[in-house]
Amino acid sequence: MKIDAIRDKVAIIGMGCTKFGEHWDMSVDDMVIEASYEAMQDSGVELKDIEAAWVGTAVSGGSGMLLSTPLKTRNLPITRVENGCGTGMEALRNAAFGVACGLYDLVLVVGVEKLKDSGLSGLPEFMTSLYAQGYTAPGRWALGATRYFQAYEVPPEEGKKLLAKIAVKNHHNGSLSPKAHFRKEISLEQAINAPVVAWPLGLFDCCPTTDGAAAAVICATEIAKRFRDDYILIKGFGVAMSAGLGKEDIDYHYNELPETEAAANQAYAMAGITNPRQEIDLAAVHDCFTIAELMEYEAIGFSPKGRARDDIEAGTFTLEGDLPVNTDGGLKSFGHPIGATGLRMCYEAYTQLQGKAGPRQVKDPKLAYCMAQFGHPGYLGPFATILGRRD
Amino acid sequence: MVGIVSYGAYAPFYRLKREEIAKAWGGSSIGGEKAIANFDEDSITMAVAAAMDCLKGAKRHEIDGLYLATTTSPYREKQAAAVVAGALDLPRGVLTGDFTGSLRSATIALRAAVDAVKAGSARSILVVASECRLGTPGSDFEQLFGDGAAAFVIGGSGVIAEIEGEHTHFDEIIDLWRTADDDFVKSWEDRFVLDEGYSLNMQEAVSSIMKKQNLGPSDLAKAVFYTPDARRHIEMAKKLGLDPKTQVQDPMFAQLGNTGTAFAPMMLAAALSEAEPGNRILLANYGDGCDAYLLRITEAINGFSGPRSIKGHLESKGTLPSYGQYVRYRQLMPVETGRRRPAPVSSAVALWRDRQMLLSLKGAKCNSCGRLFFPPQRVCVYCRAKDNYEMVGLSDMKGELYTFNKDQLAFTLDPPLVLSVVNLEGGCRFYSQMTDRDPEKIQIGMTVEPTFRKMHEAEGYHNYFWKCRPLR
Repeated sequence: MKIDAIRDKVAIIGMGCTKFGEHWDMSVDDMVIEASYEAMQDSGVELKDIEAAWVGTAVSGGSGMLLSTPLKTRNLPITRVENGCGTGMEALRNAAFGVACGLYDLVLVVGVEKLKDSGLSGLPEFMTSLYAQGYTAPGRWALGATRYFQAYEVPPEEGKKLLAKIAVKNHHNGSLSPKAHFRKEISLEQAINAPVVAWPLGLFDCCPTTDGAAAAVICATEIAKRFRDDYILIKGFGVAMSAGLGKEDIDYHYNELPETEAAANQAYAMAGITNPRQEIDLAAVHDCFTIAELMEYEAIGFSPKGRARDDIEAGTFTLEGDLPVNTDGGLKSFGHPIGATGLRMCYEAYTQLQGKAGPRQVKDPKLAYCMAQFGHPGYLGPFATILGRRD
Repeated sequence: MVGIVSYGAYAPFYRLKREEIAKAWGGSSIGGEKAIANFDEDSITMAVAAAMDCLKGAKRHEIDGLYLATTTSPYREKQAAAVVAGALDLPRGVLTGDFTGSLRSATIALRAAVDAVKAGSARSILVVASECRLGTPGSDFEQLFGDGAAAFVIGGSGVIAEIEGEHTHFDEIIDLWRTADDDFVKSWEDRFVLDEGYSLNMQEAVSSIMKKQNLGPSDLAKAVFYTPDARRHIEMAKKLGLDPKTQVQDPMFAQLGNTGTAFAPMMLAAALSEAEPGNRILLANYGDGCDAYLLRITEAINGFSGPRSIKGHLESKGTLPSYGQYVRYRQLMPVETGRRRPAPVSSAVALWRDRQMLLSLKGAKCNSCGRLFFPPQRVCVYCRAKDNYEMVGLSDMKGELYTFNKDQLAFTLDPPLVLSVVNLEGGCRFYSQMTDRDPEKIQIGMTVEPTFRKMHEAEGYHNYFWKCRPLR
């Protein structure tokens, strides 16, 4: 692998994001159009100048025509990408390859998901073997929470309080994000006493089911200045597919996320980061459940193993803390339209790095870490993207 | 010498207090409680449980046949015995058969097994009786009926109870029935049923076999005979000249209920666990006629061990909180499932392809590194050796709970769905649902064991797989 093949080669010159939420009145096409046009307007690029596109969705359609049909592009090379909850980020990564290799100068990237047409509270069922049927996403993360509490001797009541602090933080940040699904603050007591979804996880430990889309226009760095001065650079990517060992390998420990750690380390190496806790200014992590955010702090080197609680107690990851995490509310509060989530994270990092995040603006950030991730302990697909300001 | 080589039984974990039924419908309770199959159990899964218990005391490789007796097969067309044989991982050449339609099915299957062994066409045959009958809501039957199973290995060597004599006769009488469309047991007026049907037939069979063997009531250590209810049991004992206090096997009405064709067999399993060499036991079973057997306990019973006694099954239990929960378990009414996931899907092809894994609970043991993993896969989980493994059965392995949840979102008739990660004693991780559990008592480190259960009914057929349960 050529470790310097990507760093600073590709620039993001425009981004867009729909409001996230329950869009009863919007179709997949509507959201694709809204996010794409916002990104193009932000970049100053017109659709006719786009040379290729990547579009990501998990369950809301198929093929590149997901983009060409609503945008009415003629004969544009478009790739549809699916990679679980990392789909949006995976679309960006593959689009960046297209730019970095020199084939295309201007590329559109879109991630979209329409979950609320299903009539379901939760995600649709995918066909699985009897061996793995009947299980839910919160249930699977609850396995991690139970084991984490046991392994690090956190009494369950204390554990629930730690998780509640993450929910309270992310709801606060969401209240400052105009495009977030939930814009309401919650109290610690509300979070702790909420109905149990999958013990030990309660209602406020779980992200909602959300519709939304996000988009980016990227280009080769050497031409980025033509479009704007405050373009944002891609510093590194990391992806690590699990072998699904949690169910199978008796040595697999549910209190750690080794794949997440591997993906982060790939991205850090590409970006030249040696001390993430010190060098990174803000992060978006995959808080599909609060326990996921907690375990990710440890996996990506923000907190020592088993000690995330110290940082949570110290407020390290709040907007005012040393290393703000999920500044826009995260999946928990901003929402989780699967295919859009990875790009939504980049949208927040992009906005923050440009200093345009308003009341939730982090002070003078230079480097942002974003990580979308599918699965659950023992069955993970983490995707890391590091974005940075130009020097 | 032909007779019983091993025996086993199964009473489901849950009990319903009869006063809960009386409370729901008005009227009075006949007292005590009855055993209730969990929502994920049926006559097939209970048969597997009883057979697993029974096989602990038998030579598995000598089983040449599996006869399953039940009037409550989950299938009208499709053999239930084949499912049971698959779950038990019996060899493909085993003769499987369903004996059904009559409460006498179990003792008819027993006769067929004895005859086959006597004729030399089988070394031993596993006979399983399993029942899960429904009384119409609000009826006496609803209070009387219980669920359960029993199993016996009939063979020619290592016999613990020799079969000395048999009697059979049929009697065409419309006393109890279910037509092809009935879910609940129907009955003619009870005086006709009990006097002309049960009472006369039972006396005829018992007097006939006793006469044939030249025995009197005092020669019997224990009499095991079917009875519709507790009162008739005592009356029948007296009519047969037996002392109800000492010579008659307790029908366990207060703890179990009338388990149909499995009822007399379960009583026999209870009697065998207390029998001594030289004891003579009468077994009599009623339904569209009557079967009777005389058994003589051999010296071999002294060295016999393995299966759990009925007592053990009855003492390990949980109580259903309400009649409503029973209604839910038996799906007597439509139940709200929430706007969650659509009905589960299934593929008959995938079930067939993965039958060793799903039906027989086999894992793979890697020939390169020697480690065991489930589900079986071509590439070793541990050393990545390709296509170098053998299949190993896991259903007898106990395990330790590594982590778990209590999921209120996942659909189950018995929320919360408890998902568990188990480390089996063979060094194999087993990811499974936990059943027969009290959610408040689940703890990391507790001992669990695999149990064969119905997962759901996708595509209109029953989808079976294994769960784990706290050690019973």
